[in-house]
Amino acid sequence: MQGQIVRTEPATELIEGQHTYETVTHKIGSVVLSYRHPRAWYVVTAIAAFFVFVLITSIAWLLLRGVGIWGINQPVGWGFAIINFVWWIGIGHAGTLISAILLLLRQQWRTSINRFAEAMTIFAVMCAGMFPLLHVGRPWVAYWLLPIPNWTGAWPQFRSPLIWDVFAVTTYFTVSLLFWFTGLIPDLATLRDRAKNRLAQVIFGVLAMGWRNSAKHWHRYESAYLLLAGLSTPLVVSVHSIVSLDFAVSLIPGWHTTIFPPYFVAGAIYSGFAMVLTLVIPIRALYKMQDFLTMKHLDWMAKIMLATGLIVFYGYIMEIFTALYSANQYEQYLITNRFFGPYAPFFWALLICNGLIPQVLWSPKVRQNVVLLFIISLIVNVGMWLERFVIVVTSLHRDFLPSSWGMYVPTIWDWGLYLGTIGFFTFMMFLFVRFVPMISIFEMRDLLHQTDRHHAAPATGAAVTPAASTEVTP
Amino acid sequence: MNVPLHGIIAEFESAEDLLHAAKRAREAGYTQMDAYSPFPIHGLSEAIGFEDHKVPWTVFITGVIGAIAGFSLQYYISVVDYPLNVGGRPFLSWPSFIPVTFETTVLFASFGAFIGMLAFNGLPQPYHPIFNAPRFERASQDRFFLCIEAKDPLFDRTKTRQFLESLGARLVSEVEE
Repeated sequence: MQGQIVRTEPATELIEGQHTYETVTHKIGSVVLSYRHPRAWYVVTAIAAFFVFVLITSIAWLLLRGVGIWGINQPVGWGFAIINFVWWIGIGHAGTLISAILLLLRQQWRTSINRFAEAMTIFAVMCAGMFPLLHVGRPWVAYWLLPIPNWTGAWPQFRSPLIWDVFAVTTYFTVSLLFWFTGLIPDLATLRDRAKNRLAQVIFGVLAMGWRNSAKHWHRYESAYLLLAGLSTPLVVSVHSIVSLDFAVSLIPGWHTTIFPPYFVAGAIYSGFAMVLTLVIPIRALYKMQDFLTMKHLDWMAKIMLATGLIVFYGYIMEIFTALYSANQYEQYLITNRFFGPYAPFFWALLICNGLIPQVLWSPKVRQNVVLLFIISLIVNVGMWLERFVIVVTSLHRDFLPSSWGMYVPTIWDWGLYLGTIGFFTFMMFLFVRFVPMISIFEMRDLLHQTDRHHAAPATGAAVTPAASTEVTP
Repeated sequence: MNVPLHGIIAEFESAEDLLHAAKRAREAGYTQMDAYSPFPIHGLSEAIGFEDHKVPWTVFITGVIGAIAGFSLQYYISVVDYPLNVGGRPFLSWPSFIPVTFETTVLFASFGAFIGMLAFNGLPQPYHPIFNAPRFERASQDRFFLCIEAKDPLFDRTKTRQFLESLGARLVSEVEE
């Protein structure tokens, strides 16, 4: 049966080197269980911790003085808060795409990056959530956003995309957390069984909740995991669609277009994959995970980035076309203003970062060059941030009446909060790498088992890696 | 020797050996058993004669509850308790209520999947006799186990042990309750 399968890309490349169940478990598990960490881990964590303090300071000053410390004004009422909110929530989306959609599509290469990407989702959504909460001005009454009976007697207004956003983002965060923790349970049991230290045994023992790897457990576990993936898939599409409706349902020139939901979802995946690459490339080198996070993984992530980048670029072209074709003077002015107005440098930089530079990914040589990939991923991150800046600021600062035009300049507190969230995100990611297995151990064992069985078939040709031979031959 | 037994456990080297052993045990007439492996093995739950669809049903039911709850909440707020004219739309402008209804459906169904999976698996469970088995910590790492439980009508301390040894197990041992 297996002899008929013709594979152009051998599955072994998803795990390189010679590995057994034990070496896979040791390699990933020991990062958590050992006390020795690369010096770079301490350096990055310390720098990130500094920016966490910057974040705390920026929030504290904001709570004392109000949103007046930011650069927002009339007419640009949204500014950094919404730019960064959309940027962060977009970054989160790659995590769900990798863990849920690729699971449903039975893509084995998701196995070594899904845990990592899901953690990224959770921390990115945390960063995203801070911005609208602080932007409301009085975060201590943020519970008014929820349908909780309160002394005002008023309820949320359910015909507004802003309230849909509250539900979408909180649901997204909660479901991402459940999905991530469900994926962790068997690995927590592995760590419980491997830990030598009493404290680690107790902590992992409590978190694993008595998981015993029973076939009955696995049976229900797999069905729950698959269902969570099936639920997350439409959820992730709904979240960024709803975020885009915050813009599209308004009448502001440049926002009031039907292309926004698909274009935002593609942009979210684009920026998310860029962030996964930005994080995976250094951490893979730091913890010598090249056997599990192979060039094949980086190559495929780069390809997805290229594909979604082209969709985003199509979105830009359609925006221009729609504006010109609409014969609507406000829409047409918006495009002129983007090209040649006071914020034109941002727009051109956006086109270069998101449209032009990623085209080098067509070349397989570039996709095999780790340093170049890292640089391109950073450029895409910047480009996607510029995209949100251009969308939010150019539309708002010059709308219908020239008498109400204005300019928007972010202040040091805008930057402090933004850099603070980047610091918080990095800090959380590095803590995650330290305290939680960064790759799903049980899924890697499963992948090893499957690829090994695959190579047991004679017709597969090509170099047979004796991956798990010591384990499987009796 | 008077300690009550949970069962007799056999340790295997590979997933295929475990799958084979589980099928043989079923053929031999054993019904009360469980298999333990460091990753989910396709066909293993069928091999030990276990089938369960409670989780999918729980997800479906909690999803339906979520949809009804989400929509009713918006209906109550927007039509009954706080009717508000927004742009001349009817109070029951149901298309605007779909996004939130969708989100609550997913939220409830996901909790259904998570809590359902744990609850039907009997987790959290502070104590289970299987952890008394020697070398059982390897079940979460690189070894495969089959345990025939003492409550099985065919269970016999000596015969079951001999049967498991005949399956090519690496180690067969008794598990105390």
